[in-house]
Amino acid sequence: MSATVAETFGLSRTFGAKTAVDKVDLTIQKGTVYGLLGPNGSGKTTAMRMLTGLLRPSGGHAVVLGTRLPGNPEPLKRRIGYMTQGFTHYRDLTVTENLHFVADIHDFSRSEKRQRINELLEIYDLDAQANMLAGAMSGGQRQRLALAATVLHGPELLFLDEPTSAVDPETRRNFWEQLFDLVEAGTTIIVSTHLMDEAERCHRIAILDHGQKRADGTPHDLMEQVAGRVFEVSGTNLRPISRTLANGADILSVSQIGARLRVLVSKTAENPQAAVEVALRGISDTISQPTRPNLEDVFVLATRNPVR
Amino acid sequence: MISLRHILAIVRKELLQLRRDRLTFGMIVMIPLIQLVLFGYAINTEVRHIPAAVVDQSNTGVSRALIQMVEATQVVRFEQRYITIEEAERAIVRADVRAALIIPADVSQRLVRNPAISGRFSPGGQDPTARPVAQWIADGSDTLVAGAIRSLRGMPLGELFREATNTPVPTFEVSLFYNPEQRTVVNIVPGLVGIILTMTMIMFTAAAIVRETERGNIEMLITTPIRPVELMIGKIIPFVGIGLIQVFIILGLGWALFSVTIAGSVWTLLVVTLLFILASLSLGLVISTFAKNQLQAMQMTVFILLPSILLSGFMFPYEGMPEGAQAIADLLPVTHFMRIIRGVVLRDAGIGDIVPDAVWLLGFSLLGLAVASLRFKKRLD
Repeated sequence: MSATVAETFGLSRTFGAKTAVDKVDLTIQKGTVYGLLGPNGSGKTTAMRMLTGLLRPSGGHAVVLGTRLPGNPEPLKRRIGYMTQGFTHYRDLTVTENLHFVADIHDFSRSEKRQRINELLEIYDLDAQANMLAGAMSGGQRQRLALAATVLHGPELLFLDEPTSAVDPETRRNFWEQLFDLVEAGTTIIVSTHLMDEAERCHRIAILDHGQKRADGTPHDLMEQVAGRVFEVSGTNLRPISRTLANGADILSVSQIGARLRVLVSKTAENPQAAVEVALRGISDTISQPTRPNLEDVFVLATRNPVR
Repeated sequence: MISLRHILAIVRKELLQLRRDRLTFGMIVMIPLIQLVLFGYAINTEVRHIPAAVVDQSNTGVSRALIQMVEATQVVRFEQRYITIEEAERAIVRADVRAALIIPADVSQRLVRNPAISGRFSPGGQDPTARPVAQWIADGSDTLVAGAIRSLRGMPLGELFREATNTPVPTFEVSLFYNPEQRTVVNIVPGLVGIILTMTMIMFTAAAIVRETERGNIEMLITTPIRPVELMIGKIIPFVGIGLIQVFIILGLGWALFSVTIAGSVWTLLVVTLLFILASLSLGLVISTFAKNQLQAMQMTVFILLPSILLSGFMFPYEGMPEGAQAIADLLPVTHFMRIIRGVVLRDAGIGDIVPDAVWLLGFSLLGLAVASLRFKKRLD
């Protein structure tokens, strides 16, 4: 479990004047699901494309499965799988035609090919759609096909770019079950996401914002680090209270969750509880109490830090 | 190392996609079919029945006979009669007629003095009093129309007096090989093979690769172990077959509808056509590496297509163009193919007769394939 499969050292990428990825260091251990969590445009896809050899880094370097990048990524392409953000297999081919194509490209023999495709159709529950055009399938089915095609050649390292952004929670849950089956078989998975529930399932995550790494660790550790700085405020007439709180010193963020306000306090505040009390002074009938932080709190706190 | 398995995988995929793309499939057959029928019947450099007017200032039996004789040549058809020359000129401006015949009042005297009639050739030259019997004014902006009217200048007039037409001994004897009846379509049919292949081969291949980029498939392809040259070869093989189908349609219909037979060897024809298809396909591949979407690919194809039609010798003789234009035309594969295919189909040229152009096409294909493979990067930056 301790072998490193991918590591980046000050990995950077600029597009003209814009810096998409800014000196990012990551260490990904074998047999884990590593999440890249960040808002749209935070550099997740660019980072992934550099790790798969599709983009040359402008600065720094990466070592993926022992291959140094920038370098020759071609041999690497037989050992990794990359599932792109949109569906990039052929919509005008059927499920089996798409899988046959990928198997041919990966030099499967005729018998290996047939066996592997039957296996995949069963694992990813595509038997019924085997002769259906990919373009005519539902989003969830199409996504299972994309995963089947990506893992067909048994990659050691799997890159998934926002794999479940476009599917319903039920499909998402099944998808993650399949990912953990792959991990059990020894695959390492790097997944990018902007969904908290997805990030929470990862063994480790790195939070990216404006191309910079803001935090990394296990979701549990990251949540522990912000313990004591998350409060719930309940009361009547929450909207004006929300606006008052947002202007309070050391208050980083206020968001309404149903009948309560969730308040995040900056780590510069020596006594977070007091900071909330001060901000609430003069407003009657409010109760504030510390609450268990979740990953969204971690995310908000990490990305609220001023840009370096 | 090029993997046959990879190439076959691409070919199979292309054929599957093509089978489901009914419109493209239909175009493959309909483009050559419709264009051959259209051009075969429409393009005719032998101009006949030009609408013309007549201004008969003489209005005698002689002038009327003259008008009938001119019309009997079928070069012009008199549609209007005007009293004055000014009216005839205005009719030409309005394009009601393209030419007008003005018969002067003294046409009879002029006829008598005309050496074609009198046979009086003075030893030192023409009768100094002889003058043309009538005058044509014509819209000279179209050189083909002008040429047709000019051809009437030396029209024999003997018949006018029921005399045997005096045919002076020609300076040269002319034997027209390969197209003795001078039918334009004989030259058009083989030429059309070059034009239609240029259009479909370049456009289809360019679009085929650009489509992969547009739909994002390329992102998936470049993360696989496939090599650019395998992708390029796999992409063009199906179109080689399509090109041959189109050639078969054009030459088959050319034979059935217009009786244009293939004089040369079918095998030579096959070899040179394959060479030209390859050259056009590799040009399409090069375009595909520049174009960002299918519309751009289409525009670039048209950019190649227009000079291919106008400069290749399809419409106008290559030899008539200034050297600069010939140099540009020589850059187009279709110019070389035009020479070859007319040679093989019409003049029974063998492989030995067409070597330079065939070698040029082969070189162009290899260069194009190399450029396209080099330009196609397996990276996104």
